[in-house]
Amino acid sequence: MEADAKSAIIRIFHVFKSYGTKKALVDITLDILKNEFVLVTGPSGAGKTTLLKLLYLGEPASEGQILVDGINLSRIPRKRVPILRRKFGIIFQDYKLIPQKSVYENVALVLEAAGKRKRLIQKKVRSVLRTVNMEDKIDALPPSLSGGEQQRVAVARAVVGDPKIILADEPTGSLDEDSAKDIINLLKGFHTRGGTVIVATHDKDLIRKTRGRLVRLGMGQLMDSTERLSPAAEEQAG
Amino acid sequence: MKRYYRRAIQDLLSNRFLNSITVVTISLSILILSAFALFLANVGDLVNIWRQGVRMMVYLQPDLQRDRIPGLRAEIQNMYGVAEVSFIPKEAALERLRNQMQRQSSIIVGLDHNPLPDAFELRMIPTTQTGGKMETLAKELEQLPEVEEVEYGQQWIGRLTSVFNLFRLAGSALGALFFMAAVFIVANTIRLLIYARREEVEIMRLVGATDGFIKAPFYIEGMILGALGGVIGLGSLFLMYLAVSSNVEASLTGDSFTLRFLPPEMVGAILLGSIIVGWFGCYLSLKQFMKT
Repeated sequence: MEADAKSAIIRIFHVFKSYGTKKALVDITLDILKNEFVLVTGPSGAGKTTLLKLLYLGEPASEGQILVDGINLSRIPRKRVPILRRKFGIIFQDYKLIPQKSVYENVALVLEAAGKRKRLIQKKVRSVLRTVNMEDKIDALPPSLSGGEQQRVAVARAVVGDPKIILADEPTGSLDEDSAKDIINLLKGFHTRGGTVIVATHDKDLIRKTRGRLVRLGMGQLMDSTERLSPAAEEQAG
Repeated sequence: MKRYYRRAIQDLLSNRFLNSITVVTISLSILILSAFALFLANVGDLVNIWRQGVRMMVYLQPDLQRDRIPGLRAEIQNMYGVAEVSFIPKEAALERLRNQMQRQSSIIVGLDHNPLPDAFELRMIPTTQTGGKMETLAKELEQLPEVEEVEYGQQWIGRLTSVFNLFRLAGSALGALFFMAAVFIVANTIRLLIYARREEVEIMRLVGATDGFIKAPFYIEGMILGALGGVIGLGSLFLMYLAVSSNVEASLTGDSFTLRFLPPEMVGAILLGSIIVGWFGCYLSLKQFMKT
């Protein structure tokens, strides 16, 4: 446990989240280690998206403590929230790209917000768009792209700032099989380079094909957390 | 900083309709306000010219010996508020009257002696040309044994000053009112602009943008809109001024008065005010929006 505590990048202690009388998360305690690939799964309404939101302070926890890279989220001053969020690269099911801005501008926004120099921004954005195979659509506006292309831009935006953790909420939910495979390969690439990846999904195919820890939620509660070394192990997890 | 300006200009161009409404609103407010300021500045000039023409006539006792005149003149010259004292002998006064009454000169020709007294004509320093101060001076002069009577346009000066002060007060109140109205309208237009871009703002927040990074382009936009509104408002006023100035000058006044445009420092102040309107409108909207 001591070793875990030292290498944990996220620590969640007895966290509750309620919306009025509805309990979205109930007494969640969980450590996520550096360079882990974690799949958070469970049926709709299990609390997967809520759990991710609590991590990047999209919403505050009702009770309990969350530590992200040593920062206690219940005590973080408002003006330090952007610094917390720069530790994350966030991928949404609905992409959340700015429709009036080009692919380049959407990705560059992360580095501009972090105050990086123009030359560095140009270099990094082009490089990351090349990685996600979107360099030829650098000036395109998001509405003119397919779902798979938009999600690749979202991945590029998530990784361009060299975050420590990628949070992906149903990243393949609205994609065809090939596009979903591309996205998962990009996330695996980030993981291979030392990053921590947390994916909320109920995509059974994705779960079957991906190694890593499987965290299962049900009715807002943590059902189990199992390390899977091979896809075969998942078959047992069901 | 350059980055913020670039973003602000991009945003201004992408929301032309809403931004045009804001500019028109600000320019109309500035036009009305500066038109009133222009009116007040010119009325102020006119009042000053009339005030400079204000004289106080001090009529002396008929039996006063002329050798006492220099001493009395020095005494009056030393009184508070007196700028200049001229002695008008009764012969000169009669001559002036004769010139003024050319058609009725027979009345004067028939006189067997000069009925007019010797007098002093006093010109006042500008700060004492108010009703109260002139009245005090007149009372002081009347207490001199050599003085028979003092005359000045008491009621006229009092009324003129009151009307002018009333205009000034109304101008200040109107200015404050238009400033608030313009701020309110700009705040609401900016709110619409922010509301139209709330998703963009939300995404910026999610990728780690600080409030300052999000707000800076809005502030720049607000100030650009304010400046544009100010320039258009003042420009329109200047065109109107050019169109009417020649007619007004010919009909309203004599040679001593020239209708003028607002002084450069006032133009600068109005432009600064319109920029502040844009900034403040943004501040109010963003303050509310960023809390949510």
